[in-house]
Amino acid sequence: MTENNELIRLSAAALAEKLAAREITAVEVTQAYLDRIAAVDGKVHAFLHVNADEALAVAAEVDAIRAAGGAAAEELHVLAGVPIAVKDLIVTIGQPTTAGSKILEGWHSPYDATVVERLRAAKMPILGKTNLDEFAMGSSTEHSAYGPTHNPWDLDRIPGGSGGGSAAAVAAFEAPLALGTDTGGSIRQPGAVTGTVGVKPTYGGVSRYGAIAMASSLDQIGPVSRTVLDSALLHQVIGGHDPRDSTSLPDPLEDLVAAARTGNVEGMKIGIIKELHGEGYQAGVENRFNESLELLKGAGAEIVEVSCPNFKYALGAYYLIMPSEASSNLAKFDGVRYGLRVLPEQGPLTIERVMGATRAAGFGDEVKRRIILGTYALSAGYYDAYYGSAQKVRTLIQRDFDAAFEKADVLISPTAPTTAFKLGEKLNDPLAMYLNDVATIPANMAGVPGLSLPGGLADEDGLPVGIQLLAPARQDARLYRVGAVLESLLEAQWGGPLLDKAPSLTATSAAAAASSHGGSH
Amino acid sequence: MTDATLSFEEAMDKYDPVLGFEVHVELNTKTKMFSSAPNVFGDEPNTNVNEVDLGMPGVLPVVNKTAIESSIKIGLALNCKIAEKCRFARKNYFYPDTPKNFQTSQYDEPIAYDGYLDIELSDGTVFRVEIERAHMEEDAGKLTHMGGATGRIQGADYSLVDYNRSGVPLVEIVTKPIEGAGSRAPELAKAYVAAVREIVKNLGVSDAKMERGNVRCDANVSLRPHGRERFGIRSETKNVNSLRAVEHAVRYEIQRHAAVLDSGEPVIQETRHWHEDTRTTTSGRAKSDADDYRYFPEPDLVPITASREWVEELRATLPEPPAARRKRLQADWGYSDLEFRDVVNAGVMDEIEETIAAGATATVARKWWMGEIVGRAKNADVDPGQLGVNPATIVELNKMVEDGKINNKMASEVLDGVLAGEGTPAEIVGKRGLAVVSDDGPLLEAIDAALAAQPGVADKIRGGKIQAIGAIVGAVMKATRGQADAGRVKELILERLGVEG
Repeated sequence: MTENNELIRLSAAALAEKLAAREITAVEVTQAYLDRIAAVDGKVHAFLHVNADEALAVAAEVDAIRAAGGAAAEELHVLAGVPIAVKDLIVTIGQPTTAGSKILEGWHSPYDATVVERLRAAKMPILGKTNLDEFAMGSSTEHSAYGPTHNPWDLDRIPGGSGGGSAAAVAAFEAPLALGTDTGGSIRQPGAVTGTVGVKPTYGGVSRYGAIAMASSLDQIGPVSRTVLDSALLHQVIGGHDPRDSTSLPDPLEDLVAAARTGNVEGMKIGIIKELHGEGYQAGVENRFNESLELLKGAGAEIVEVSCPNFKYALGAYYLIMPSEASSNLAKFDGVRYGLRVLPEQGPLTIERVMGATRAAGFGDEVKRRIILGTYALSAGYYDAYYGSAQKVRTLIQRDFDAAFEKADVLISPTAPTTAFKLGEKLNDPLAMYLNDVATIPANMAGVPGLSLPGGLADEDGLPVGIQLLAPARQDARLYRVGAVLESLLEAQWGGPLLDKAPSLTATSAAAAASSHGGSH
Repeated sequence: MTDATLSFEEAMDKYDPVLGFEVHVELNTKTKMFSSAPNVFGDEPNTNVNEVDLGMPGVLPVVNKTAIESSIKIGLALNCKIAEKCRFARKNYFYPDTPKNFQTSQYDEPIAYDGYLDIELSDGTVFRVEIERAHMEEDAGKLTHMGGATGRIQGADYSLVDYNRSGVPLVEIVTKPIEGAGSRAPELAKAYVAAVREIVKNLGVSDAKMERGNVRCDANVSLRPHGRERFGIRSETKNVNSLRAVEHAVRYEIQRHAAVLDSGEPVIQETRHWHEDTRTTTSGRAKSDADDYRYFPEPDLVPITASREWVEELRATLPEPPAARRKRLQADWGYSDLEFRDVVNAGVMDEIEETIAAGATATVARKWWMGEIVGRAKNADVDPGQLGVNPATIVELNKMVEDGKINNKMASEVLDGVLAGEGTPAEIVGKRGLAVVSDDGPLLEAIDAALAAQPGVADKIRGGKIQAIGAIVGAVMKATRGQADAGRVKELILERLGVEG
């Protein structure tokens, strides 16, 4: 292993310490990641845009401040100089933002998302923008208009979705940290299938300003990382109130980093959700889940069982609320003000026909499917039966959570029912694809926070399994407290991070490149 | 194609009108309803906008608190109940003046509801108009269709869009169906819109200039045979933007509906466009109750809560109600009941108040507005306040008369000049050479000439018949083209002839 390879394998927390101690420079770190991207992203395709010049400039600025010392150096954020990748659903000045769609190809935002402003304020070099299912609609990143991302554990397999790009970038050591967005599991499910950590904060915990909306009442930006502590560090940067987002919580942010550092589960009640394991879950997933329960028990936690009977309606209700909101949120993409504009091939050039031609050409099938579903669900005469009923289910799910959290401090389940499936396997079966999110959707429906961390490899396929922790709204700190304990117990068992077991993408480059071509097209 | 109409009298003979109004009030907040961009319309297009007004990807709305306060004040002034909790909804439709392709508007949860407004008609009759709701929404951008003959989108080569108006806060005030107005319907329509305008102006929540679209009225009219309870089918005449036009539009639609019903055809439920030039309406878009806007609660905004304490605080800041204000103004100004009612009916009460505030006496202000301006406005077919006379002009003109610089006849001429855009009164007096001749030299010359031309009259005056002086004064005024001060001329004639006045 070269020195640079050692750099890219460090956690964000370790990088931060070495940067602060001036053992390494931010330019070295950033360059190491840019080199890694150049070396492996041809196979992984985690990035849609690489932002090398700006990232190096920010890194150089951090190094200069540190070298000069004094108050400015003292005031540097703990993550200053630690690079990060940003899901291409989040708008950035100076880089394109596509949302994974042809309809925004070449569009540059005139403003920064609030979370991006906060990354800039912390002087974190932004490595680039990561791939996603178009407008975050999908569970495999195969719905990206710019081609799929490949799972670093097996390039023939999906990296999860919609945030497959962010998860794969972190898993492939192309970035130490990334931002994702989670509407029904788009941070946590990719985390599970790539052996990384992903957190969906409490709804309102992180500003959505500048995240291109899919379903406003469900969307949430969150951290993607290789360790629980790293997610806490990033969450601390991006979280907290934003006056530009009315749904942003006014509460001051808890000390999440402290929670991750002082993890402890002794005397804690951890609830297994009866409805979220067992039937329909892959045996290897179930085995790793049970192992985690044993480890937590051994660390002093009390394992209890809770029932959330209305969770069985969550998926159905989600697929009414999400497309309904999406159909309205995506109406703005019409070719009038920005992005793609397509003229009808024949017939009169009326504005309606230009909008129609633009949307027909610019949106992919999954986006169209959801726009049509949502438009139908909101139609007069159907609203009460569909959108109205789905909102009632949402209330029932919230009540299930309320009842469950009376019996348990945190809840636990597998993050996804299976390990990563093959690229193309479920592309033509939307319902099978939607079932991937069965365990992650309830948290979005209720607005509660969730964290996914690696739980080991499934016996039957040797692929990563994710363990999901859920906490009551505004109690994100509990996730970090429990997650950090479980992570350290598991790593002790494995003898190091799970990602140490992932294939080295450079060593098997020829074979991987060949298989990736075979698998995806 | 012009529609057939019945005479108003015949229409009233046969049918009973039912009215309904939707009045849109643009609030004069500093910033827009959901963004921090300036709420200023009319600047260079697309300059008072930010990413939110343009519907850029990723943006979110934030409600303007001042707009909520203004809306609550309007609700209170309309005797409405104020919702403790209410929400915005999305009204989804594709049109390029709406950047998000949905309008954020209140739908089934208005901030104010169940109110009323007592409207005083010209003869003092009071008519109660019930208010269904007053709700908040955002304005759309402004489209200008280029290349077509009519300025409409049909036939245009291309359209320009100005998003400066996009997101301007609006309050839409919706009445319940107004029954029982009978032949007073057109007058009631005008008086109702005037009352709403007066309220929002006095509240200070809107600039309330109809000619600028600050207050816009959509007028619904339907007819039913006398004695029938069920309403007829209505038309909605859009954007009737002056008080006189409201009256005319309602009258016209009553006459048109009556002709349609008389012919045995059903009235079509549709939007009508008002044409000020022909004082007629033409068919716009067919509108049915089945228009599907796929309303749903705006998920990007949290519900608005109006605590009772806050509502009471706002209530305490309300200015005096219009009826009390009228009583006070009449007493302050010392007008008789008849004089005051004439002023109110002519629609110049506010203008007189402003003129007095600018330094005129109540008598002078009334003389100018009622004597000079109302007549001109009628001839120009505009509301008096829209004629373009500002209070400072009146004060300046009046001072010139009082100082003897010009006489009343000249002042009227100068006013015409001001309205024609020739400049300030002083400039016009200068340009037109309109000064009362006060230098005795030229006057004495003219007097001597007149006395020499009419020696007989001069003798009569010398003989004590002073009333004969009129003939000489007349000749002098003629010679000086009316620029002499008649009083001074009289004095000089007597002096010249050595007669004691």
